[in-house]
Amino acid sequence: MAKQPPRRPKLAVWKFASCDGCQLTLLDCEDELLEVAGHLTIAYFLEASRATLKGPYDLSLVEGSITTPDDAKRIQRIRRQSRTLVTIGACATAGGIQALRNFADVDDYVRQVYPRPEFIRTLPRSTPIRDHVRVDFELKGCPISRHQLLEVIAAFLAGRRPSIPEVSQCMECKRHGTPCVMVTRGLPCLGPVTQAGCGNLCPPLGRACYGCFGPMETPNTASLAGWFAASGTDSAAIRDLFRTYNAAAPAFRRESEAQARTTSSHADDA
Amino acid sequence: MPTTPETRTIKVGALTRVEGEGALLVRIRGDTVAKLELRIYEPPRFFEALLRGRPFSDAPDITARICGICPLAYITSACQAMEDALGAPVEGALRDLRRLAYCGEWIESHVLHVAMLHAPDFLGVPDAFAIAETDPDLVKTALRLKRLGNRILEVVGGRAVHPVNFRVGGFYKVPNRDAVKALAEPLRWGIEAAVGMTAAVAAFDFPDLDVAATLVALREDGAYPIDRGRIVSDRGLDVPVADFGRHFGEEHVARSNALHGMTAAGEPYLTGPLARYTLNHDRLSPLARQAAAEAGLGPECRNPFRSIIVRMVEVIYACEEALRLVEAYTPPEAPAVPVVAGAGEGHGASEAPRGLLYHHYRLDGEGRITFADIVPPTAQNQKQMEADLRAVVEANLGADDATLRWRCEQAIRNYDPCISCATHFLDVRVERG
Ligand code: SF4
Repeated sequence: MAKQPPRRPKLAVWKFASCDGCQLTLLDCEDELLEVAGHLTIAYFLEASRATLKGPYDLSLVEGSITTPDDAKRIQRIRRQSRTLVTIGACATAGGIQALRNFADVDDYVRQVYPRPEFIRTLPRSTPIRDHVRVDFELKGCPISRHQLLEVIAAFLAGRRPSIPEVSQCMECKRHGTPCVMVTRGLPCLGPVTQAGCGNLCPPLGRACYGCFGPMETPNTASLAGWFAASGTDSAAIRDLFRTYNAAAPAFRRESEAQARTTSSHADDA
Repeated sequence: MPTTPETRTIKVGALTRVEGEGALLVRIRGDTVAKLELRIYEPPRFFEALLRGRPFSDAPDITARICGICPLAYITSACQAMEDALGAPVEGALRDLRRLAYCGEWIESHVLHVAMLHAPDFLGVPDAFAIAETDPDLVKTALRLKRLGNRILEVVGGRAVHPVNFRVGGFYKVPNRDAVKALAEPLRWGIEAAVGMTAAVAAFDFPDLDVAATLVALREDGAYPIDRGRIVSDRGLDVPVADFGRHFGEEHVARSNALHGMTAAGEPYLTGPLARYTLNHDRLSPLARQAAAEAGLGPECRNPFRSIIVRMVEVIYACEEALRLVEAYTPPEAPAVPVVAGAGEGHGASEAPRGLLYHHYRLDGEGRITFADIVPPTAQNQKQMEADLRAVVEANLGADDATLRWRCEQAIRNYDPCISCATHFLDVRVERG
């Protein structure tokens, strides 16, 4: 008698507040896409398919941050339906660029953008998925790296932990022999406190790392900010450097708030 | 004896194969459309507000995060607006390099839409994976072509999604000669592949539909509009980008997190491939024009279902244009023109794959942003999308609910709506009553 073919795990891709760039990374795996599709059942992926299957799902990839009361409830339902839940990108792991509202008054934001603020339902803060439900693995980056995403899927299929290096971008420069942009050009570079993984993109272009992969484990942001200040970067500029796509990641948030205090005390002195 | 007309409701709760989140509700009473609502529930992200107080130099990278499918459109419109504000125009070889990268984004975005998002509607299948089972060569060719678009973005911009090498004034580092020249061979293949795909999509069945709205696109001398131009319409408008606000406005409707674009007279208008093609047919290359004619297109195209052909014609053009720029490339001496922070006001517009993308900023004396206005193509097209949907429903009243729902979704996907962009937008529901 013929053996039953092994059941293919069901993949779901979910979207919250985001730019779609991270899930697009999955469609950007052109060479590998059809192969991935062969190992998994694409059960829910609205951006790619009209066909949807009911849960539970074996692997859920979640893009985007929580910014509305409805989304705060939806992520709970998704967690209940997901065996493994992996967050993808700076929006889902840190709140994304839209978390700049966390440092402002959201009602003010609504009034600035929409002529009829009463039509808009939004939360005062943009928060990562981890603040709402248990997350099995977080993949950083704005956007995530295609290679790292494929590693996460391969690891899931093999039943092992993904192997994603947690070193700093600074180490990545050393490994590639890229001249240090702080030393050679005096640029304020976030490489020493940012997790590697982008593929060493900015410093080889003579551009300072702007931290799109978010803080590494235990980054010494205060010491780095001291270096920036000593080389002539003012506190408002340092605040803005830490306040981009991972602005609400705790280490970056604390540093930008410290810099903001310095900026306002300078303003008081003036 | 009078009878109550039958009511039907057609809903699409979560639109699929579009970028972002939206819904459609159609209520039909007897043989009239009683209600039609395209609702954008993509959560707002408040870009215009969060840009205030940031340095001018942040605008390109931050606004890129509005949309992961067309980041370079945002980067380009933002750079141009800042360069306008600070009196630092980017011309010559640096401008050519931007245009080359933008060709890459057109190829990547258009091929994604044509093959992965739109073609399944015409073939009656749920997704491109199903096409891959019956016509693997078509899907493989499309994926390879898309990869080529991404490759151009990687060579010039360092990364395909949210490229890192662009700045106000130009680039961080100009790409080396060999890396750019290595694109020539794949682009020669790309032109052939795009001509083949144009013929393949031209064989689909196209429902009749004719858009009467004003068509709006950029136009410039000697080239099909991609990275810049003046704003023109089929009603005789021809104005500089800075006049955008005088001729077009936005309204905010309750069901949507997006603002709806309209002309100063409050009429819907259309931007994107149909408008670009109809207003700039004479600017296409001979090969693109010939492929369009062989695919059954005249010098004008007003049927949104045929936008899939227009997108492929634009891919042919983008591959040829990219090849021309690659062959002419010698690395510019300086990667950027000098830009000095200061006060100013600037406007920028470019042709994102989905249509006109306009940016407007004001800067204080330190070059920090005091005001930002961003008008993405999907917001501009939303009013016309609703008008199209009404026409499609009225033409298909005899169809069963499932067929009608599918047609409505297809009509929405004609626009390749980018809902992530439109939120400053889809669920299709049809009610019959
Ligand atoms: S992390 Fe960045 S690339 Fe990913 S969805 Fe968010 S904004 Fe887009």
